[in-house]
Amino acid sequence: MTLTERRTGTTARVPVPLLLPAVLGLIFLLLPLVGLLARTPWSTLPQRLAEPEVVAALRLSLLTSTLATLLCLAFGVPLAWLLARVEFPGRRVVRALITVPLVLPPVVGGIALLLALGRRGLVGSWLDSTFGITLPFTTAGVVVAEAFVALPFLVIAVEGALRGADTRYEEAASTLGATRWTAFTHVTLPLVAPGIAAGAVLCWARALGEFGATITFAGNFPGITQTMPLAVYQTMESGDLEGAVVLSLILLAVSVTILAALRDRWLTSS
Amino acid sequence: MTDALLDAHLVVRRGTFQLDVELRVGRGETVALLGPNGAGKTTALRSLAGLTPLSDGRLSLDDRVLDHPRGRVWTPPEDRPIGVVFQDYLLFPHLSARDNVAFGPRRHGVERRAAHAIADRWLDRVGLAEFGRRKPRGLSGGQAQRVALARALAVDPVLLLLDEPLAALDARTRLETRTELHRHLAAHPGATLLVTHDPLDALVLADRLVIVEHGRVVQEGDAATITARPRTDYVAQLVGLNLYRGHADGHSVDLAGGFTLTSTDSVHGDAYVAFPPAAVALHPHQPNGSPRNTWPAVLADIQRHGDNLRVRLDGPITVSADITPAAATQLDLRPGREIWVAVKATETRAYPAD
Repeated sequence: MTLTERRTGTTARVPVPLLLPAVLGLIFLLLPLVGLLARTPWSTLPQRLAEPEVVAALRLSLLTSTLATLLCLAFGVPLAWLLARVEFPGRRVVRALITVPLVLPPVVGGIALLLALGRRGLVGSWLDSTFGITLPFTTAGVVVAEAFVALPFLVIAVEGALRGADTRYEEAASTLGATRWTAFTHVTLPLVAPGIAAGAVLCWARALGEFGATITFAGNFPGITQTMPLAVYQTMESGDLEGAVVLSLILLAVSVTILAALRDRWLTSS
Repeated sequence: MTDALLDAHLVVRRGTFQLDVELRVGRGETVALLGPNGAGKTTALRSLAGLTPLSDGRLSLDDRVLDHPRGRVWTPPEDRPIGVVFQDYLLFPHLSARDNVAFGPRRHGVERRAAHAIADRWLDRVGLAEFGRRKPRGLSGGQAQRVALARALAVDPVLLLLDEPLAALDARTRLETRTELHRHLAAHPGATLLVTHDPLDALVLADRLVIVEHGRVVQEGDAATITARPRTDYVAQLVGLNLYRGHADGHSVDLAGGFTLTSTDSVHGDAYVAFPPAAVALHPHQPNGSPRNTWPAVLADIQRHGDNLRVRLDGPITVSADITPAAATQLDLRPGREIWVAVKATETRAYPAD
């Protein structure tokens, strides 16, 4: 027996106590998806997809999750930069606080949002009386709920990317006349772009699937606040299993497609 | 106060380490800051560039005070007329060579097209006219070094700083780039400060050497003076000399351990004695005749040194000797061997320590 043969032999001999749970875990992850595909009413699928409620929910979902991601980028990237680059007292506390929405049950997040931004909430009452802005039970409210839940994903991903980036490039930029702001826009941002893209994808996926905070804070009004996950839930509740399967399938297809596309373009290449 | 373009007293405290160095560099002059690792060379460079603020002292360039803690003056790096070539160049990986060079002019308010023209001119000057579109990862080490130099010079700095500019290159590229670099430094109208631990870089590129150890200047002067009269072990090692300090009374110098060396030079008071390893002769038995310094020693270590062997000998004083491989075989040299050492008085140089 040659050495190479022996080596291939050892690779194949994975210990059973590791192999068995690994395969079971994989099956556990994939089986529900197989179930979804198996129960899909493929023959009636086209007309189901064209139903106005489905189209409206899908549009709303794509719109709100994209807006929520943009909102998260606008606030999350500077927040991540602050955490990664500036020494300030209580930085560790702030970092810990940011992860709270990550572990908080989304329903609780929704209630918290109501108490803060609701019509009688801490800031909400002021928004209402001063600007006439009410967030709860509006499309804007959906964006706020999704952004609240998704922001930590972005901040953590971008902060990690910033910490991994070599700060000496920023120093080099400053010796060439770049202020801290231009160094950020011309050097730091391009360097951490792959990290920001990865964070945005995570953030977007989280916003797309958001349910608990949305239904609590924004309610479930078709065309206004009923996103895809809410539509899946309602269709299921009304006894239309087939409809729920169709909606779920769309959600699955959209997420997988976009994740795969972005993965090829940004996440792996650099 | 002086005609020096750069006039600096750099004091930086960091934990138990303190850098305290005075530097003056004239217009068109290249000064090398030479020292072992951890001597504070890079800290000095960073404080000049504004990347590390001074703890004390004063930094003025072209009659403008840039950093003076006691006077509450501090200029951020982007407002200093200083260009830096970093040790590993730090070319921006997302920008082409041309955009890297144009980066400085752009930040100084030069409009895009004019900045590109400046960049092209500099790339041409460093012989990389065709490489403008390449990204840094598509450049060789020597090319990246030249782009970094062009980038630093493209902002017309009053002071050019180079941090170990050749350390990242392989031996052959280093030789070519060193010559090339010398040409560009000579053409630079401002002041140039070069930080290096390589004595050859310092000797070839600089007009004057400032040697730093443990955060302080230990010796300063032109290459000839420093190579002829080293004042610390580090400098002696750099220039390849055996160096001892003692008290001289005419031709004999009493060293700290009670050993006495004889030199043809005559000095009085605290003095150094230096001689090259090639001046050390080894004998199997005690040699006699001629005015020589002789003593018994034990061979501690043998290493290759060019075509010869360099041996280190323990005894009343530790000494390095260069011998041919043939002589080594003849003398049966191996660690632990007892042997006699002889150094002619005419081969030694003695000079005052103060």
